[in-house]
Amino acid sequence: MINQSIDGFLHPDVSKSVDQIFVNAKQWLLWLLSWLTDAPGWVVQVASSLINIFALLFVFLTLFALMSVLERKILGRIQNRYGPNRVGPFGLLQPVADGIKMLIKEDIVPARADKLVHFLAPILIAAAAILALGVIPYGRNMTPFTIDGGILFFFAVGSTAELAVFMAGWGSNNKFSMLGAMRAIAQMISYELPLIITVLPAVMVVGSLIPDRIVAAQAGYTFGVVPRWFVFTPWGATAFILFFVSGLVESNRTPFDVPEGESEIVAGHMTEYSGFKYATFFMAEYIGMFAITGLAATLFLGGWHSPLSALEFIPSYVWFFAKLSALLFVYIWLRGTLPRTRIDQIMNFAWKFMLPMSFTCVIAAAVWHYAGRGLRGWLWSFVVVATVYTALSMLLDTQRRFAPRIYRFAE
Amino acid sequence: MSSAAFVFIAILTLAAALAAATLQKLMHATLSFAVALVGVAALFFLLSAEFVGLALVFVYIGAVAVLIVFTILLTRRDVRKDRGANWGGALLAGAVFGGLTWAIVKTQSVAIVAPHIPALTVKRIGEALMTSYVWPLQCVGLLLTAALIGALVLVMEEKQ
Repeated sequence: MINQSIDGFLHPDVSKSVDQIFVNAKQWLLWLLSWLTDAPGWVVQVASSLINIFALLFVFLTLFALMSVLERKILGRIQNRYGPNRVGPFGLLQPVADGIKMLIKEDIVPARADKLVHFLAPILIAAAAILALGVIPYGRNMTPFTIDGGILFFFAVGSTAELAVFMAGWGSNNKFSMLGAMRAIAQMISYELPLIITVLPAVMVVGSLIPDRIVAAQAGYTFGVVPRWFVFTPWGATAFILFFVSGLVESNRTPFDVPEGESEIVAGHMTEYSGFKYATFFMAEYIGMFAITGLAATLFLGGWHSPLSALEFIPSYVWFFAKLSALLFVYIWLRGTLPRTRIDQIMNFAWKFMLPMSFTCVIAAAVWHYAGRGLRGWLWSFVVVATVYTALSMLLDTQRRFAPRIYRFAE
Repeated sequence: MSSAAFVFIAILTLAAALAAATLQKLMHATLSFAVALVGVAALFFLLSAEFVGLALVFVYIGAVAVLIVFTILLTRRDVRKDRGANWGGALLAGAVFGGLTWAIVKTQSVAIVAPHIPALTVKRIGEALMTSYVWPLQCVGLLLTAALIGALVLVMEEKQ
């Protein structure tokens, strides 16, 4: 519930009307409902939830449409071409055309496929992605639902996506689908570990699993200038980068998109999907990306807090979506810049570098906490991170001794 | 409201569990097993023990179900052989069910008023785990680490 704020961290100037315009609009709608129809309490509660759900879906489906065209435009710019520019001004209506195309395409289900599992997989994967959006605070008093353990909810829901990917791969009864699903699950499980462990320092320092509390803990400015976002501490910066990379892997994006590597296994677990089911997978991928970048912004970039105290008059949700867009731009930028990595490189990177570094983040956060959370803590935790990073780099350095590549299945 | 939800969740869980036990294809059985676990997690949510419910989803759907699926894929073909009814298992299940029913009917504790317990928050669970239950937690952690290293050793020997 949007208005269900947790006691103790309501900002004093909540009454700012522009900032709270959506919250107030919702309150007004609910009041209108109960006044007009004299509905009992539980109806109002259901209506309140429904408003949240529809607002969430509306915002993020619009963002998905916008992102799909902007991604192609930006990729076009990076690769020195135009990108979509035929439908509407600057090609902005391209997603509408794509949507209509996807809707009227034939839906092909392979004859030997497991019909039910094949049908359920895209639904489950989209549901998991959308549910994860629910716990992120989009602005002051704007969390769709607050539960005790919201961060855990995010990852619990996210982990069902693995089963959904598997269902897609197995249900299609196709070798490419199965291989793609296996690859996807292998890299998702490997990177779930650093993803969750890098969340731990923020949770430890705040002492709460509720995203609103984590955002509230990042309010204020050091010396009145530098915001108290966790990304400005050594452990926070390290954890943020690790979290971002793990999020990139979790959403199967370039450079970690081996599960759907076109040149090897057609489209991975989505090979046997067509029409709107394929579009659903595509949407789930993007929604999952929004969720993970939203969580990154919440945990390390101060959520909806503004970077300068002079700019606090700009509404909180604008700041949140500005941070989200900035992170999404980096996603697109990376996609336009980096080639695809090999699966063994991905795995080695996960277990030999990401995992030790994320444990280091936990230790560095503890050092920061016990050294007084001030400049001294900053320096000590920087020393911890720098030492481990240097040691790991020296240990993993393969510049002079590349092992000959062994081909096991192709000679 | 809450009892209606309980009945709904219980029926769903039991149906999924039954499906998991009886379905022919192992993969279908695994997926219904996952549904049954979601049902159990929903029951925990109904009791407002969110942490336990979330941990259940996290561990059992995210890890155990995927592990089972991988095990099935890597070890055997999906043979569709009609195995006869397992009468010994049915007998055992019936005995357990009867015993439990007998114990539940006989027990008096239903009449006792539940003592007032403050709401179970994640913070309290964490504090309990880190103070009074820190040794069991460490032992479990050690065991799991040993299991992890054991698995690694097995794989490494296979490679050479």
